[in-house]
Amino acid sequence: MWYGHWVSRRRLLGRATSLIASGILWLLLFLVLPGVVLVVVAFMSRDADGQIVWSATTENFRRLLGFGILGWSADNGWIFLRSLWVAGVTTLVAVGLAYPTAFFIAASSPRLRYVWLSLVVVPMCTNLVVRTYAWELLLSPQLPPSMFAAWLGLIEPGRALYPNPGAVYVGLASTALPFAVLPLYTNVERLDWAIVEAAEDLYASRTRVFFQAILPQTLPGLSVAVILTFVPACGMFVITDRLGGSNFWLVGNLIQQQFGPSRDIPYGSAVCIVLIVLTLLGLYLYRRRGKAIELV
Amino acid sequence: MAAGAGEAVVGCFRSMLAAVGLRGQPGAVEVQGSTGGMPGKVGDEGGPAVSHDLNIEGISKYFGPVQALAGVTFTVKAGEFVTLLGPSGCGKTTLLRIIAGFERSDEGHVRLGERLLDDLPANRRPVNTVFQSYALFPHLSVYANIAFGLRARHFAAAEVDKRVEFGLGMLQLDGLAERYPHQLSGGQKQRVALARALVNEPEVLLLDEPMSALDAKLRAEVQIEMRRLQRKLGKTFILVTHDQDEAMTVSDRILVMNQGRIEQIGTSSEVYEKPRNRFVAEFLGAANLIPAELVGPRTVQTALGMLELRADPRWERGTLAIHPERIEARRTPPKSNGVRVRVKDAVYRGDHVELLVEPGPLRVQAVPGINFEIGERLWLELPAERLEVLLD
Ligand SMILES: Nc1ncnc2c1ncn2[C@@H]1O[C@H](COP(=O)(O)OP(=O)(O)OP(=O)(O)O)[C@@H](O)[C@H]1O
Ligand SMILES: [Mg+2]
Repeated sequence: MWYGHWVSRRRLLGRATSLIASGILWLLLFLVLPGVVLVVVAFMSRDADGQIVWSATTENFRRLLGFGILGWSADNGWIFLRSLWVAGVTTLVAVGLAYPTAFFIAASSPRLRYVWLSLVVVPMCTNLVVRTYAWELLLSPQLPPSMFAAWLGLIEPGRALYPNPGAVYVGLASTALPFAVLPLYTNVERLDWAIVEAAEDLYASRTRVFFQAILPQTLPGLSVAVILTFVPACGMFVITDRLGGSNFWLVGNLIQQQFGPSRDIPYGSAVCIVLIVLTLLGLYLYRRRGKAIELV
Repeated sequence: MAAGAGEAVVGCFRSMLAAVGLRGQPGAVEVQGSTGGMPGKVGDEGGPAVSHDLNIEGISKYFGPVQALAGVTFTVKAGEFVTLLGPSGCGKTTLLRIIAGFERSDEGHVRLGERLLDDLPANRRPVNTVFQSYALFPHLSVYANIAFGLRARHFAAAEVDKRVEFGLGMLQLDGLAERYPHQLSGGQKQRVALARALVNEPEVLLLDEPMSALDAKLRAEVQIEMRRLQRKLGKTFILVTHDQDEAMTVSDRILVMNQGRIEQIGTSSEVYEKPRNRFVAEFLGAANLIPAELVGPRTVQTALGMLELRADPRWERGTLAIHPERIEARRTPPKSNGVRVRVKDAVYRGDHVELLVEPGPLRVQAVPGINFEIGERLWLELPAERLEVLLD
């Protein structure tokens, strides 16, 4: 009996298509369709009630570039720059914390490992808004963190530890931490320790051991961790809104305001598009550099 | 080309580190008598200016309830090639790791000359290791791999270059400097690992089964090459293996280990010809063991009959050992220590015929001239000077 026809090119193709059809449908429905709507709406304008007016215009993008009725302003540019900066710092903090955490988890006994991993993942199960309120509570005036900061003279006694940029970083980094720990942990867990020992054997200092023996081995996990923390951090608004105060604006807040209080959906769509394009561009450049690293 | 970018990234990190002053202390490594200029030194056969004996003093090591090493004591003389030989799990790797500084002993000391190494971390010991898996840095070129230890100690670029070139030449790696580990054959990887360790001029080179990944033919070549290299450099080499042929080929002395203990230390011929106990006799060359009982002066009773010995054994009941190739098979009775046996099995091996005879059963290697039939009765001579009296 010959079963070769089961794996003929045509059959394989047919079967593969039927298998991924649902996935493609899903993507069409929830990614491509909204994307198209977003692009279309971004070129529309709105009336006084916030209703979309269906006449094509590039006004939204001009406005995003800073050309308003009062002349040119750099506000939006600052918002984008600040977003990049905040996302960058968040990524640094999260990855910096994730490395030791990943090593700690990988070094504990198999049973404890799952306890630690669950503890890392559990916060993701709670709603972001709830978590942000929890931070507000924790940083409120009567609790030890604020009292300690006041004792150190960092804030006035009786004040809360928020709103300020520090609180935003705490909130963002804590949200990002699981996304940094998990990919790094999978790399650290199957680290080739012989290479680490070889570096030690060859007179490497601690920093050299890290940069020459550990970092190259964990680069794949690190690059995933960076993407998973940096990209979402660019679009956060709840945390910055609650913990950063009214003048701590990121792109996320800008978008949220258009879809929320301002009811300027076309302008919001334009901001979204620019953010998405910038992110994709960034990912593309990152991949181009990263591919070279992963190959070796 | 892809790998080049990888190194560029790491190099970038390195220069960033340098910029913020995060590098290790120059000259932190305590290498005695190492003053650079390896090529010059090696050329004139003199070996390093100062070298020391390695003293292992009563090392014990426990992994939870498992005792991996039980009070191991020995000395390796400067410039000696010593092999740790023993079955799997006897503690060879553990001992090597303690000498290298990757593992701490629970008891005992490691001394290089007068200097105690116990509290020195691995990156400050004048000891280098060739790992079983080679552990080459996958993101670094052959050149950068070999230069690793020198750069970590902040040698001047010219000195690094000189030594790496010398290392490449010494191990016939010319032309491979720009390759990456994944572009090398097993034998080439092994030579890079050797060069990477040797360019640092360690006082002691540790090798953990460095040849286990090579095929039999290449292994034989590398063994001879390794021996020549060691003689030329005059360095102390400690090699771990569980292959007795390898141990005999390369080493000045063999240290036979079993269950965390040293069973015997001696030259190849000492441990082979004069095994101290049953373990050594069986592990090296698979000698025949013959239980015996003392019945008169220099005379023992065995299952094969009465046998004469060179000297009186220290026991009433004990064991004799004789290697298969030391027994002479013949059709006529010998003058002394003759034993009448029957051939149970005969296997032609090219340069000899392997006989299995009864009673015993004894294994005998006979010259292939005479044809022995299965079932045939014949005489064996167990010469008294070849019968080794074991201690147990
Ligand atoms: N990290 C460890 N944890 C627990 N037990 C260990 C550890 N390392 C070694 N052992 C145990 O110590 C004993 C000696 O191990 P070691 O690796 O030194 O043997 P070996 O002689 O090198 O064997 P092989 O020839 O198989 O490499 C073994 O019983 C091993 O199971
Ligand atoms: Mg071993």
